[in-house]
Amino acid sequence: MSERTFMQSSLAQLTLVRFREFIRQPEAVFWTFVFPILLAVGLGLAFRSKAPGKPTVGIIPPKLGVASVPDLGPPWTSLERDSSVVVKAYRDDSAGLRALRTGKIAILVAADSGGKVRYVYDPSRGESFTARLLVDRAIQAGAGRKDPVAVTERKVSEKGSRYIDFVIPGLLGMNLMGSGIWGIGFAIVDQRGKRLLKRFMATPMSRSQYLLSFLLSRLFFLILEVITLLGFGAVAFGVPLRGSLIQLGLICLLSALSFSALGLLIASRAKTVEGVSGLMNFVMMPMWIFSGVFFSSSNFPNVVQPLIKALPLTAVNDALRANMLEGTQITALGLEMAVIVGWLVVSFVAALKLFRWR
Amino acid sequence: MVTQGNALTVRGLRKSYGDVRAVDGLDLEVKTGECFGLLGPNGAGKTTTIEICEGLLERDSGDLEILGMTWEHDAPKLRDRLGIQLQDTQLSDKLTVCETLELFRSFYDQGREVRDVIDLVELGEKTNARVGTLSGGQKQRLAIACAMVGDPDLLFLDEPTTGLDPQSRRQLWGLIEEFKAAGRTILLTTHYMDEAEKLCERVAIVDHGHIIALGSPRELIETIGATVPAPPPRPTAHTLEDVFVALTGRTLRDE
Repeated sequence: MSERTFMQSSLAQLTLVRFREFIRQPEAVFWTFVFPILLAVGLGLAFRSKAPGKPTVGIIPPKLGVASVPDLGPPWTSLERDSSVVVKAYRDDSAGLRALRTGKIAILVAADSGGKVRYVYDPSRGESFTARLLVDRAIQAGAGRKDPVAVTERKVSEKGSRYIDFVIPGLLGMNLMGSGIWGIGFAIVDQRGKRLLKRFMATPMSRSQYLLSFLLSRLFFLILEVITLLGFGAVAFGVPLRGSLIQLGLICLLSALSFSALGLLIASRAKTVEGVSGLMNFVMMPMWIFSGVFFSSSNFPNVVQPLIKALPLTAVNDALRANMLEGTQITALGLEMAVIVGWLVVSFVAALKLFRWR
Repeated sequence: MVTQGNALTVRGLRKSYGDVRAVDGLDLEVKTGECFGLLGPNGAGKTTTIEICEGLLERDSGDLEILGMTWEHDAPKLRDRLGIQLQDTQLSDKLTVCETLELFRSFYDQGREVRDVIDLVELGEKTNARVGTLSGGQKQRLAIACAMVGDPDLLFLDEPTTGLDPQSRRQLWGLIEEFKAAGRTILLTTHYMDEAEKLCERVAIVDHGHIIALGSPRELIETIGATVPAPPPRPTAHTLEDVFVALTGRTLRDE
């Protein structure tokens, strides 16, 4: 028998099998690579930052339809001229109030007795509150009020503070969790359920190489996942990458290993794909909600914050955001890194202890 | 233990699952170069016995020597020299025939060329077909090929021909004969008595976890002939299966 080439070694063969099984499952490729991008596009478009729209102001001009616009009087003409609001005229109070109630206008402006102007609005509605200020400014200025203090303005739009900047690291963390737990757990339980794991145990196959092949293929796909999602975020939305890229890579690597170990632990005993799916959802669901993927985990009450901080995905998301958005050094992320590595060690040791090879 | 010339020696093997004694004091000797048949009804303990011999199950008690080695001392070396086909393995549907065999081949130090094994089980045309597209008979032949690819000294086959059509069955018989001719040993279980009669030098009948009869098929038939009236001789030595094969040919065609 001639010397075996590297590709004929069982580690290479086992790893190749992982690649082949993955790419021959179009649905797995979709959920790992395409879905996070679609999600990012959807969320990026839905929550894109834009100038607040002009509030619509309803007016009830005196003698509408009889007098022509220039005859409407100073309050109305100055409103018409003001470019910060859109003016809509109503015939009478009841039509105006109906428009206000149904949210078609933010404020209703009408003439009151004694030459006064009456504002009808709901101050708890942000848009109405703003409209009240804009309308009043226009009317008072039109009537001759002068601003005693001169101001200058500089307008900024800071990358890193937008929703898309918040959500891209969250999606990356969620993806690392999903592909780590699903990718490892599902494949192992599938092989156990088909008695293929038992068949392998009857060969001289090295058990550590078997497990290693899962990690190697996981790390390869990790690189693709991270580059796809972050590259997309950077090119399409200009999501910043302020921290060290090497440290970002290290955070991703440790996170992927940690979730893979968790996947291994979840899969250590389960015999059926159905059983392990339930278990995985049970583990991942709380993290989808609490770990700050789509909204900040600080929204939850203080009492549960220590628990939330102990979840691996919270640590991963916090570390990713700190690196990408604030450029924080990994040395300043001691707590997050400790949580990630802690889960890695505990899950891996427990998984090896519990693992059922047949 | 006197094990000279034995590929497999089993003494007083016991294995219980809770209250059920699956194997209950079983003794077995399989000589090197023979094909040994383990017969018996479902639940008799055949698969448990064979899986203990394969090192897949722990035994409760008893002695076990395989190819002059034991699972306690020589597990890695033993695994390298055994070929195994399990009753219920499903190979990965996403891999091709060739990829599956390359994977199994990579586990063994010494072994046969993947291409040769594919030809041996007549899956040449299916070399690059996904396992998921194979018929039941083809999948079974691939499972046998996986057992053969490490060039084993001792082959365990657990109901290898169950569910196969007569053509595939006879093709498999041919494989077993060839393997035996090369001086290798086979332990197989089967529910088909004609198969045991044709292939096995010796058979053991197992029930309730121990062996109740042992000998060559001829010897066993004679023991019955001595105690009960012999059945009237069959008009010919042919079976209905011979008719089936004569009419439909020997070519494999389980597409």
